[in-house]
Amino acid sequence: MRIQVNVNGEPREADVEPRLLLVHFVRDTLGLTGTHWGCDTSNCGACTVHLDGEPVKSCTVLAVRANGHDVTTIEGVSSGADLSLLQQGFREEHGLQCGFCTPGMIMTATALLERTPRPSEDEIREAISGNLCRCTGYQYIIKSIEWAAKHNAPTRVEVMP
Amino acid sequence: MAVETRQGHTFGDRMPRKEDGRFIRGRGKYVDDLQLPGMLHSAILRSPFAHARINGIDVSAALEHPKVRAVITGKDLEEQGLAWMPTIAGDTQAVLATDKVRFQGQEVAFVVADDRYSAQDALELIEVDYEPLPVIVETPRALDPEAPVIRDDKAEQTNNVIFEWDHGDKEATERAFREADVTVKQEMIYPRVHPAPMETCGAVADYDVGTGKMTLWVTSQAPHAHRTLAAIVTGLAEQQIRVISPDIGGGFGNKVPIYPGYVCVAVASLVLGRPVKWMESRAENLMSTSFARDYHMVGEIAATKDGNILGVRVDVLSDHGAFNAHAQPGDIWPMGFFAIFPSCYDAPAAYAEATGVYSNKAPGGIAYRCSFRVTEAIYLMERTMDVLADELGMDPVELRRKNLIPAEKQPYESVMGWTYDGGDYHAALDEALRIADYPALLEEQREAREQGRIMGIGVSTFTEIVGAGPKKKCHIAGLEMFDSAELRMHPTGKAVLKIGVQSQGQGHETTFAQIVAGELGIPAEDVEVHHGDTDHTPYGLGTYGSRSTPVGGAAAAVVSRKVREKAKKIAAHLLEAAEGDLEWENGGFQVKGSPNQRKEMAEIAFAAYTNTPPDEEAGLEGVAYYDPPEMTYPFGAYVCVVEIDKGTGQVEVKRFIAVDDCGVRINPMIVEGQIHGGLAQGIGTALMEVIQFDEEGNHLNSNFMDYLIPTSMEVPKVWETGETVTPSTHHPLGARGVAESPTVGSPAAVVNAVVDALSPYGVRHVDMPLTPSKVWGVLRENGVEPF
Repeated sequence: MRIQVNVNGEPREADVEPRLLLVHFVRDTLGLTGTHWGCDTSNCGACTVHLDGEPVKSCTVLAVRANGHDVTTIEGVSSGADLSLLQQGFREEHGLQCGFCTPGMIMTATALLERTPRPSEDEIREAISGNLCRCTGYQYIIKSIEWAAKHNAPTRVEVMP
Repeated sequence: MAVETRQGHTFGDRMPRKEDGRFIRGRGKYVDDLQLPGMLHSAILRSPFAHARINGIDVSAALEHPKVRAVITGKDLEEQGLAWMPTIAGDTQAVLATDKVRFQGQEVAFVVADDRYSAQDALELIEVDYEPLPVIVETPRALDPEAPVIRDDKAEQTNNVIFEWDHGDKEATERAFREADVTVKQEMIYPRVHPAPMETCGAVADYDVGTGKMTLWVTSQAPHAHRTLAAIVTGLAEQQIRVISPDIGGGFGNKVPIYPGYVCVAVASLVLGRPVKWMESRAENLMSTSFARDYHMVGEIAATKDGNILGVRVDVLSDHGAFNAHAQPGDIWPMGFFAIFPSCYDAPAAYAEATGVYSNKAPGGIAYRCSFRVTEAIYLMERTMDVLADELGMDPVELRRKNLIPAEKQPYESVMGWTYDGGDYHAALDEALRIADYPALLEEQREAREQGRIMGIGVSTFTEIVGAGPKKKCHIAGLEMFDSAELRMHPTGKAVLKIGVQSQGQGHETTFAQIVAGELGIPAEDVEVHHGDTDHTPYGLGTYGSRSTPVGGAAAAVVSRKVREKAKKIAAHLLEAAEGDLEWENGGFQVKGSPNQRKEMAEIAFAAYTNTPPDEEAGLEGVAYYDPPEMTYPFGAYVCVVEIDKGTGQVEVKRFIAVDDCGVRINPMIVEGQIHGGLAQGIGTALMEVIQFDEEGNHLNSNFMDYLIPTSMEVPKVWETGETVTPSTHHPLGARGVAESPTVGSPAAVVNAVVDALSPYGVRHVDMPLTPSKVWGVLRENGVEPF
């Protein structure tokens, strides 16, 4: 069926099978491969995107469910050489190693900071508890999110690429 | 608001990683991100049985599916001599089953279709006639004379034994046990676990019929070795195979072996002349790719009554699954480096014997964040040490302190034939106890026990053995275990370093640039590191067993020094001085005693292309293949504090203190990150991770709901890390490798803490994983009231 989804602020149209998962729509149909696919069972969170501003695991959402809605992926949180504060925080505080969970983590954390600009450590831990990371042991991910919260400013910042 | 990022980093700095710029933007390029024109997709039909004869496979309905392009079975591969492939342990493994299936999830047929969903659909259309056979799941049953022979494909195999192995001085060890005041013996299982990297395994094969070139993008920790093995398996000329290992979403040993899916995509692309992608699901990853551990061990220590170790004896039954795909650095090491087990202790005698067996489980076992079975060895030793402490009524810390190898005995020659590369184990232990405030912890535990709370303190001290390895001791499938680096300086003073090791998240693009920066006096920002493309990097054995820094890092240092030697000749030419009058100072060459007469590396590099000495070739580059003289031996001392909920059996890790000595640290931030991650994995192993099977061989942990790995909620709030720095006696940078120490040292610390917590109730050992249900059972069995 034909769907029209507003992805990262741009209207995108495609003919999709009704069973197509949102993660495959984003990755394979649209070529936005920053959203990753790690488990099929909505446990790992590597596929986290925003659906109308709310973080969802795109491996368990049908693409047709996004018809007429807004989807934001990691590619949509900043552009060009710009970085969002969270993206910068992850680099400053070594919040990533292999990078596979990172886009999902950043999408979950972005939603957290939009709702709770100054989260406590417990709130951060709980917010990312549905995003698995096998590399970092989480401490520096939490510091990365705290870094972004500390530097929280209304606009995005420009940094070296 | 802009936040400045400092430039000009060098060796030893907490340099932010060069690779992060792409990962935080979602611009990493992993295998599954690859989309090629005309690319087809694939899916693998897997066996529902753990052991069954195949009487027939009917693929006709699948072939009629309008979007299916090919269906490959074992029979098709057999005609090409490809139905079986060699494993790195010298065994054979079925690519697609021909005669029997030997574990649940084994590869039976390979479907290629226009898209992933159609390939999956077509699996349903394949009919396989299976005749179920008796199954071996319980490892000891593999030795039963009545047990079915799993590997009846091998004429010489009349039972399920893969190898029998022993190491050490049996007689001296037996004498120690006869003469000892005290002996202890503890059986324990190191359960089957899975590395479970966040990215599963996969490959894209693109055979170009026009050029005859096969390009393979593979989730590979060892792309060069994979190229050579691909050439051997497929018969393609090696120069016409290009293996590209792009960004890898975690490996931890899972991406060392060659898997049937890799062979099948290559065959499919050859047959169809189009690119073909295979990407496994999480269930396939957990069910069929390499597991780790599955060691059934008995540890014994003989000691004097005041706690001096006289001898250590070990007996192991090692379960390798249906095919022996064990990661081992040569055929003389069927137990990997398990013989390190006397570890950091000054044991005068030691002996181990082991039997490896087949079972109806997935093949392996790989070295999961582990240098070839050092993890099992250290767990065994550290658990048995606590049992000895309990027997002697001695503080486990004091027992360890008494037996640690004294620093003045370094470089230490162990009774098992290893030559350690320096270390002050007492200093590491003291530092861990200082951070932990051990006396205060003991007091806190006394108070907790008075209040009826179950609190435990666990300690582990250990040495690893990493950096395989010296050619006199190690090889992988016959390949010597050197590693390589190729360095080229450009006229503007910038450099490109190409390496044979392969990052899966370790940050090589940063740390290797820092090595060159430190050696050549240029900023690490000016060094670009290339890896993971066999057409464009020198041959190397890849990254596993903590070998990147000990072997590849050494190669990077050596090649930098070679380039510096040539730079010296050019500097002498520029300064019109004799080479012997020059000295290397602050990243440039200067005339001794005349620091104003000086040339920086950038000037020298420019001259290498514009103003060369009369008797020198142009250019400034070099290549090094480094054969390490010995292994390196990172070590550490860990303290874990737990509290157990009496009602639920839930173990909470309250504190974890880790003091690691990995020698000189190239980037302390990256080292800390590696330690954190390894500790989390160790806690996962100790508390929650296990691959189990029912009696029919059904896999019970094939997704992240049933195979639990730590989330942000199960790890302690702060990893309390510390360090001592004892440079390696032989590594050119004094470095040792670090990433596996935390996985090696932490499970024992956690289990020791839990057993310590339960010791007032008479508990001396509990096998991992210490899940709430298991601990709850132990509490109830020992009469602990839930409230």
